[in-house]
Amino acid sequence: MKGNEALAEAAIQAGCRHFFGYPITPQTELAAYMSKKMPKIGGTYLQAESEIAAINMVLGAASAGVRAMTSSSSPGISLKTEGISYLAGSDVPALIINVQRGGPGLGGIQPSQADYWQATKATGHGDFQILVFAPSTVQEMVDLVSCAFDLGDKYRMPAMILADGMLGQMMEPVSIPSGEGKQLPEKPWAVSGHQGKRPHNVVNSLFLQPQNLEELVKERFARYEQIKKTEQRAEEYLTEDADIVLVAYGASSRVARSAVNAARSQGIKAGLIRPITLWPFPTDAISRAAGTAQHFLCVEMSMGQMVDDVRLTVNGAKPVAFYGRTGGIIPTPAEILNEIQKLAGGAR
Amino acid sequence: MSNPSKDLNILLAGFGGQGVLFAGKVIAYGGLMDNKEISWLPSYGPEMRGGTANCSVCISDKPIGSPLVVTPNVFVAMNLPSFDRFIDAVEPGGVVLIDSYLIDKKVERDDVKAFYVPATKLAEENGLKGGANIILIGKLFHEIGFCSAEALDKAIEKCVPAHKSHLMSNNKKALEIGMHA
Repeated sequence: MKGNEALAEAAIQAGCRHFFGYPITPQTELAAYMSKKMPKIGGTYLQAESEIAAINMVLGAASAGVRAMTSSSSPGISLKTEGISYLAGSDVPALIINVQRGGPGLGGIQPSQADYWQATKATGHGDFQILVFAPSTVQEMVDLVSCAFDLGDKYRMPAMILADGMLGQMMEPVSIPSGEGKQLPEKPWAVSGHQGKRPHNVVNSLFLQPQNLEELVKERFARYEQIKKTEQRAEEYLTEDADIVLVAYGASSRVARSAVNAARSQGIKAGLIRPITLWPFPTDAISRAAGTAQHFLCVEMSMGQMVDDVRLTVNGAKPVAFYGRTGGIIPTPAEILNEIQKLAGGAR
Repeated sequence: MSNPSKDLNILLAGFGGQGVLFAGKVIAYGGLMDNKEISWLPSYGPEMRGGTANCSVCISDKPIGSPLVVTPNVFVAMNLPSFDRFIDAVEPGGVVLIDSYLIDKKVERDDVKAFYVPATKLAEENGLKGGANIILIGKLFHEIGFCSAEALDKAIEKCVPAHKSHLMSNNKKALEIGMHA
C-alpha cells in the first residue's frame, strides 16, 4: 500500500469520519482515498475551496467532538497555520498531516524535511505546542495515526504527522489494525448539543482579559511539561557502544541507518537515535547518549533544523556535526558514511 | 541470482506509459508474496506519457534502509535516455536488462552482466502491445529469479486490477515470452 493511502485508511480505522482537504502533491493520494472511502462508510469527505477553509472546517467539526483531520504538503500547511493556532488556543484535538516537499515558497515537489521548525516551534502565532510524530516506514505511519488521535484527545491538543514525499509515495507491506468496536473517548467539553440538560459548552480562543489568557496559557504549558515527561518516543539502534551517534528522523533516518550499518562493517562504532516524537523532543535518549558517545551527527533533508534541538539537549557536552541535503534531494548512504568516516578519523 | 539471500536493489527506468511503475510493482509484490521485506518508490512529479519514469524496488531479508536505489544491482532500461543516465551507476557485478529494440547501444562496461531482449518488438509481434514491461519481467525472472514462480503468479494476479482482468492471459503470455527470450 502507498504511504499516503495507508495514512488515510489508518485514520478511518482510528475512528475518523471527517476529512477536509485541498489537493497538493505529494499528498494527493490521501485525499483521493478519502474521497472514495468516506461516502461508503457514512463519513464526510469535503474538498474545500482552500487550505484555510479546510482547517477551519476541521476546527468546527472537532469542536463538535468528532475525530477530524486534514492533510496537505508544505505550502498548504503554511496556509493552515492560523487555524492550527485556533485549534490549540481552543484546546481542540485534531490531526494534521504534512507530507513535506521542498521549500520555501512553492518550492518543489520532491521529498524534504524543511518544515521541522514550523512543526515544532511555529505552527502558528502564540504560545503553544502541538504533538508532532515522525514516522519512518509505511507501517509506522499507520501506527502513529491512531496514536496521534488518541494522545490528541487525551491532552486536548492538535497533533501532526510530519511525513515527507518519499514516505507518502512509496509502497511497503503494511497491516492496518481494524478499528471495529473501538471505543472513542468521551468529550464532555464538545459543542455537541445538550437539549437543555446541562449548561452549554463554549469552544473559543478569544480571551480579552490578559489575566484569564495568561492563566489559560499557563495551564496549557503545565500540560506540555507533563507530556515532555511521559510521551517522548525514540528508537535507538546500536547506540549502546557507539562512539558516533547519528540523529535522524523520517526518510533521512532510513538512509542514516544504512550508513550506520556500512560504518559498522568497517569497524566504526556508529549508532542511530531516531526521534519518533519531534515534539516532545526525545531529550532523554539523546542526553543518555551524550554520556557515552564521542560525537553526534545530525542528518536531515534540510539545511539543519532539528540539529538545534540536538545541540540544546547535548548542551555542549559533545560536538554535534550536521549533514543535510535540501530542495528535494535525498542524501545517499555513501554521503553519510563519508561524514561518519570524517568524524571517526578525527576521533582517533 | 545465484545467492537468493542477496539484497536486490532494482532500478527500472523508461518512458512514462511503458508500464515502468507497474513492472516495479509486480516485482515488489513477487518479493512480498515470498514474505520478503520490500519497498517500491516511484519517481513522481510533472511526469506524463512520453516523459521519463523510473522506480526503485528493494527486496531483502532484512528491514530496508533507504528505499531510493542509487546504485542498483539490477537495472532494467526501457529507453535510451534512461540507459545513458543510469548505466554508470550500476553496482559492479550487477545485472543490466535492456529493451534492445528501443536501445541501440551495447553495455561498454565489462563488470556487469548484460541481457538484451527486443521486448517492444516481441510484444508487437505477439499482439501484446504495451506488454514489453512484462516480457522484461519474464526475462528478469528467468535470469535472476527475484522471487519464486508461485509468488510471481500471485503478484501478477494482485497487480492486474479487477476491471482489467481480461488482460490477465495477455500478461501471463508476455511472461512466458520473456522467460524464453
